[in-house]
Amino acid sequence: MLSLKGVSKSFGPVQALSGVDFEVRSGEVVALVGDNGAGKSTLVKTIAGIHPADAGTISFEGQAVTITSPTDAVELGIATVYQDLALCDNLDVVENLFLGREERADGPARVVGQLDEVGMEKQTGDLLENLAVTITDVRAEVGTMSGGQRQQVAIARSLLGEPKLVMLDEPTAALGVRQTAQVLELIKRLRERGYGVVVISHNLADVFEVADRIFVLRLGQKAGDFHANESNQDQVVAAITGATGNGAKR
Amino acid sequence: MSTADATVDDDVEVRSPQLELLRRFVAGDLAELRVVLALAVIWIVFYIQEPRFMSSVNLSNLVLQMTAVGLVSIGVVMVLLLGEIDLSVGAVSGLAAAIMAVLNVKNGWSPYLAIAAAVAAGLAIGLFQGSVFTRFAVPSFVVTLAGLLAWPGAQLKVLGETGTVNLNDPKILGLTNTFYSDSVGWILALVAIAVYALFALRARQGRVSEGLSAPPLGLIVLRIALVAVTILVAVWVLNDDRGVPLAALILVGFCLFFFYLTTRTTFGRHIFAVGGNAEAARRAGIDVNRVRVIVFMIASMMAAIGGIMAASRLLAVNQSSGSGDFLLLAIAGPVIAGTSLFGGRGSVWHALLGALVITSISNGMDLLALESSVKFMVTGAVLLAAVVIDAIARRQRQAAGRV
Repeated sequence: MLSLKGVSKSFGPVQALSGVDFEVRSGEVVALVGDNGAGKSTLVKTIAGIHPADAGTISFEGQAVTITSPTDAVELGIATVYQDLALCDNLDVVENLFLGREERADGPARVVGQLDEVGMEKQTGDLLENLAVTITDVRAEVGTMSGGQRQQVAIARSLLGEPKLVMLDEPTAALGVRQTAQVLELIKRLRERGYGVVVISHNLADVFEVADRIFVLRLGQKAGDFHANESNQDQVVAAITGATGNGAKR
Repeated sequence: MSTADATVDDDVEVRSPQLELLRRFVAGDLAELRVVLALAVIWIVFYIQEPRFMSSVNLSNLVLQMTAVGLVSIGVVMVLLLGEIDLSVGAVSGLAAAIMAVLNVKNGWSPYLAIAAAVAAGLAIGLFQGSVFTRFAVPSFVVTLAGLLAWPGAQLKVLGETGTVNLNDPKILGLTNTFYSDSVGWILALVAIAVYALFALRARQGRVSEGLSAPPLGLIVLRIALVAVTILVAVWVLNDDRGVPLAALILVGFCLFFFYLTTRTTFGRHIFAVGGNAEAARRAGIDVNRVRVIVFMIASMMAAIGGIMAASRLLAVNQSSGSGDFLLLAIAGPVIAGTSLFGGRGSVWHALLGALVITSISNGMDLLALESSVKFMVTGAVLLAAVVIDAIARRQRQAAGRV
């Protein structure tokens, strides 16, 4: 569904990405791993339109596309959940999910922008139920929730725009064991629903649990592309640290 | 020692409703209730010291005294919701009152046009301050501090050499000097209660019919009863004196309008979002700067309206209109009532409740004929206590994993 060919990006003299080929299919979870500064975040931000690529081609669903701004990416159907989640802690789940795309009431009240609270709350309930996310009170402030719940709310929000590809930046960082499990379960359900998923992670145990493919970046270049069920952690670690050659497929 | 390291497990947390209520009371979610209790204590203390405090004449005066500062506080609440501050509201109220007075008295404009011009001046000042704040990313504190220094200068200029303009237009004076007859007061009260009950019941019905969780009917009825009793007692007291004043209706009317705007509309939702997390709001596609400029315009507009009401009550505008402790009381009121200085938390009703507390204190101390020195220190102490309580509530929220 998403395919990058020879994508490069430099910030001044620093070559963050050089000639990266990257691919995601629908219904596939691709883990993006690599050491600090390997270019994981840059790659995601290139796809998300925050740092447009200097060189290379991007195609989405078979069409050649140019992504030069976050709006381009969103319009194509690429949603990104950044590490900071970008939630308003003082707002509840419904309010956060619909932030910036509030539904308006019908009738004359529509003119002044009156909110359709009941409609939004219903949709929130349906969406969370569909994703099997357990949040007892969708009217509770997001600030009162655990890290795992907040991550799930952020992911659910990214799905409201009906994307085809969801990119998650470190979704399990700083989460406890149980909450990590909840988030990984949610990622698996995204795969079942046919979304393409890109997950940046440092935690190889999580990566092996959830990913179909593991794409390793090292110093801005592809250092490996593994099928999760045909490889082990040692091989991936070797690729991350540079103990094996470039492009060691499997 | 044994329970300190118990892990927080918030997914399967079940609390009894009573415990939850207690926790919310302590953690500051029910700040209003705390303030109402404080208000009751203040009233009882003053009543014991001076029984005249609770007379209908004095309570009517209290209502008239609080309108100007309450109206200004509405704008302050909006700015505080953004997590910003507007220090110029006192100065703007004085300038707007001066503009109205000079246009009406010296230039012979009709009262309506003079008031409209004063309100427009407020909006223009808000547009200017808001634009400087957003365009140059200068802290709102500094931008409005500059306004606090500059607008009194403009006020002196507008007033000219005489310095004081006495108001004589019946329309302008009538803003704070009109009282409705007993029957009109009762009809207003009944209509207000009926409308509130209708909305409350319909909102619940809408949720029930869509299969959403709804508060029990008993709670709604209790709430309607509380509102009804409050309104009826207020009207009864006011009718016992001169009747329901127009000024009170203006204050309540603006509160209702901005309550609707902040809690029921897209724009209001965006105000809370910007106050809670401006970066998240920006990424959600909200034009953060547009929201900010409009809110600063509202704050200055409400300052102008408050200034007009203050002028109407004083029957004059002079060089010190809008100066002194007016600004600080307008900011202290909402903060005492529970609007957070850190943004994203608060209610327009805090303007009304805060003004009631602040005005009660000053009115009571006036009745007791206390010295100015004592009055200033007591008011300061009340504000300090309120801010400390706000900070403690915030810390408890954080300790409970709430930011």
